[in-house]
Amino acid sequence: MQVKINVRRYDPESTDAVAHFQEYQMDMDDASTILDALIQIREDVDGTLSLRCSCRSAICGSCAMRVNGEAGLACNTKIIDVLPKDGSAITVEPVGNLPVIKDLVVDFQPFWKNVKAVEPWLQPEGEEPETEYLAPDEDMLHLAGVVSCILCGACVSDCTVMEVDENFLGPAALAKSYRFVGDPRDGSGEKRLHDLNQSGGVWDCTRCMKCVEVCPKGVAPMDRIMVLREKVMESGHTNTNGARHANAFVESVKHTGWLDELRLPIKSFGIFNIKAMIGLIPLAIRSQRAGKVPPIIHKKLPGSENIKRIFDKVEGKK
Amino acid sequence: MQDHDVLIIGAGLAGMRAALAAKEAGVDVAVVSKVHPVRSHSNAAQGGINAALTDRGDDWRDHAYDTIKGSDFLGDQDAIEVMCREAGSEVIAMEHMGAIFNRDEEGRLGTRNFGGQRQARTFFVADFTGQALLHVLYEQIVKAGAFVYEEWFVLSLIMRDGVCGGVVMMEIRTGKIEVVRAKAVIMAAGGLGRVFEPSTNAMICTGDGMSLAYKAGASLMDMEMVQYHPTTLKGSGVLISEAARGEGAYLLNSENDRFMLKYAPEFKELASRDVVSRCEQTEINEGRGIDGCVLLDVRHLGEKYISERLSQIRELAMDFANVDMVKEPVPIMPGMHYQMGGVKANIDGETDIPGLYAAGEVACVSVHGGNRLGANSLLDTLVFGRRSGVHAAELSKNKSHLHVDDSAATSDRDNIQKLLNNEKNESFGQIRFDMGIAMKEHFGVFREETSMSEGIDKIRAIKERAKSVFVADKTNTFNTNLLFTLELDFMIECAEAIAVSASNRTESRGAHTRTDMPDRDDENWLKHILVTDAEGKPDLSYKDVVITDWTPTIRQY
Repeated sequence: MQVKINVRRYDPESTDAVAHFQEYQMDMDDASTILDALIQIREDVDGTLSLRCSCRSAICGSCAMRVNGEAGLACNTKIIDVLPKDGSAITVEPVGNLPVIKDLVVDFQPFWKNVKAVEPWLQPEGEEPETEYLAPDEDMLHLAGVVSCILCGACVSDCTVMEVDENFLGPAALAKSYRFVGDPRDGSGEKRLHDLNQSGGVWDCTRCMKCVEVCPKGVAPMDRIMVLREKVMESGHTNTNGARHANAFVESVKHTGWLDELRLPIKSFGIFNIKAMIGLIPLAIRSQRAGKVPPIIHKKLPGSENIKRIFDKVEGKK
Repeated sequence: MQDHDVLIIGAGLAGMRAALAAKEAGVDVAVVSKVHPVRSHSNAAQGGINAALTDRGDDWRDHAYDTIKGSDFLGDQDAIEVMCREAGSEVIAMEHMGAIFNRDEEGRLGTRNFGGQRQARTFFVADFTGQALLHVLYEQIVKAGAFVYEEWFVLSLIMRDGVCGGVVMMEIRTGKIEVVRAKAVIMAAGGLGRVFEPSTNAMICTGDGMSLAYKAGASLMDMEMVQYHPTTLKGSGVLISEAARGEGAYLLNSENDRFMLKYAPEFKELASRDVVSRCEQTEINEGRGIDGCVLLDVRHLGEKYISERLSQIRELAMDFANVDMVKEPVPIMPGMHYQMGGVKANIDGETDIPGLYAAGEVACVSVHGGNRLGANSLLDTLVFGRRSGVHAAELSKNKSHLHVDDSAATSDRDNIQKLLNNEKNESFGQIRFDMGIAMKEHFGVFREETSMSEGIDKIRAIKERAKSVFVADKTNTFNTNLLFTLELDFMIECAEAIAVSASNRTESRGAHTRTDMPDRDDENWLKHILVTDAEGKPDLSYKDVVITDWTPTIRQY
């Protein structure tokens, strides 16, 4: 089949050094992947194209890039699955949220810095046994779902928080941290949870689901972050914006049947947090202008007792 | 110019295990790798790692015998004993470092069956054991603070009076060339799969380490012993783990016949890899294949079991062959997978060159001989990686750096400039492809004299063509075009070493099967073939196989 592939090129050594798209017309098999096409371009058409790739079997994590705007591995993305129906070109770009070095190659150092920041190694307590640590198979099988992360960076590429918040550890590093928090052999859970509770940690995720969508290995980083939030709160770290926000959210819905949007930010930041309160004023003014100020008096919804029963039932189950 | 006590080339399992061991010994350690450590090809090992744990009622001697028999009695028995004795402690060490491993009901490490072994002694993490172990070692490297030159490409070893004193290497991101001195260099640069087309191996497996050591004067050993894995996908050559057969998969021919019952009544689908690959190829050659393949059938294992233990290969088969293994059998064929041979090294990793060590697939200790057992490769990397690290660290404590300065990089700089100046001509792609196809055709599962000598001629012609290869990218920044061209040179050296060794071995043993000489010849060939570089031409010599307790017998499965 004939396909057009539009590759984002960037050569820092060229005189103008601006990124531009270059279109390649290729004849590919139905079974071909994006990586097959890129390799063919590089070997037969244009040797100057730079990209990272190695295993061709979705295990080394080298070839993460954006295809038609969404991050994934080039090696397990079939051309036929991403071919635009209108006959236009497939676009191939480097992953996002990391600086481009050349063409499809990005600088992964910020990525590794975040991974290293979660102390990504097992920290067992007490004396090492002579043989293996005993651990339930189901715990290990559960961890296998996270250990199978290949650190390809697809989640980081498309993370909507990392786009605006340099401080955020990001989905890959947090999933890595989960891998140790969830390991029955690890003895430093308390410290890990304390660290994850800080700014840039678990509370900075906005639950946009993007990382879950693009992960090529089914690691579901956001789901892991949500479990980490629960564990953070269970371990007594409730005095943060994130934890207070979660509690205020639950309290409001549980007792009135709907969200008290006016008091939510106040409860999340804390009323005595003068700086944050002042920071909310412009938002209040903008809301006022747009006619979006929530009612001052927050009334119970009719039938809210049924909502409360749902909460009681769920909480009772725990 | 940088200095390190121990410099390790390659950051796969062998390299990082060596780095940890050397670091523990208290010396200054650096690792150089052309890819980030977690991108290394150790990732691709799926099925597991072998160890005979005594508390499971197993015995390292049984593991040793299975390995020796698997090697078709070409493996050096003293080295195999070391590997099998130390297997248990290495696996436990990995568990202590954080490897998760599948467990039994009591929460202890669980095992699965693997080919060529009489006992289930393969420890595993689902079907991505290599990746799981590689990431754990990376975690430990981060913890230990060992310095890694990430994405640096080694151009040559620095030799002074026959002693290795460091390397010349290039930073891929900038094209900067540097001289790095080291009191000991450990070669752990992995295999050479890309010499063949297709191959299960990653694109980075270009024989760099073997070629670098060879050019520096080290001997390559057992190079004719190239493993064809029985279950690879057609076309891409993507690997389907032996774990599938370990868990009970059947191999079927076009007549829906479990043909392995006929060839290997006792071990069936779990005979050693060379045997199964030969049987499959025979079925295909005799007209009982399907489009050049036979079928791998796991349907009877059930969806739950498959998704718990073989989830990744199920995905691979879906992605790369459009087949859901739960519902239908996958067409598979033998595919080039592993190089048993490599840089000749002893049980401490020492090569023929003082100051140079080798461990992992790049090395030949020789624990695999004529055929490696599945799940012995991870073990090889850890045991001999660790031993090399310990030994190299000790050596470096009693040694000073050689007198080397920046001029050591001159010939590499000139060579690169020459490549960049080459007139427009063919690029590396077509040359590599032609080499790969020639290697497959003439040095595949079945070999024969006339075909092999034709193959040697082809490789030599390709070597000539490669001299005027064209590099289109002239920049300094992440010039992958230049890297591939340099790798092509490494691959061709390896191809030639394989070709001349294969045509020299006038018998059939392990993976080296000659249709014109189908029998094993213990009288003349209980010896390794060594290849050294004699001014650009391979020179052959021999070394007797070390036999300790196990006398060679007829090999049946």
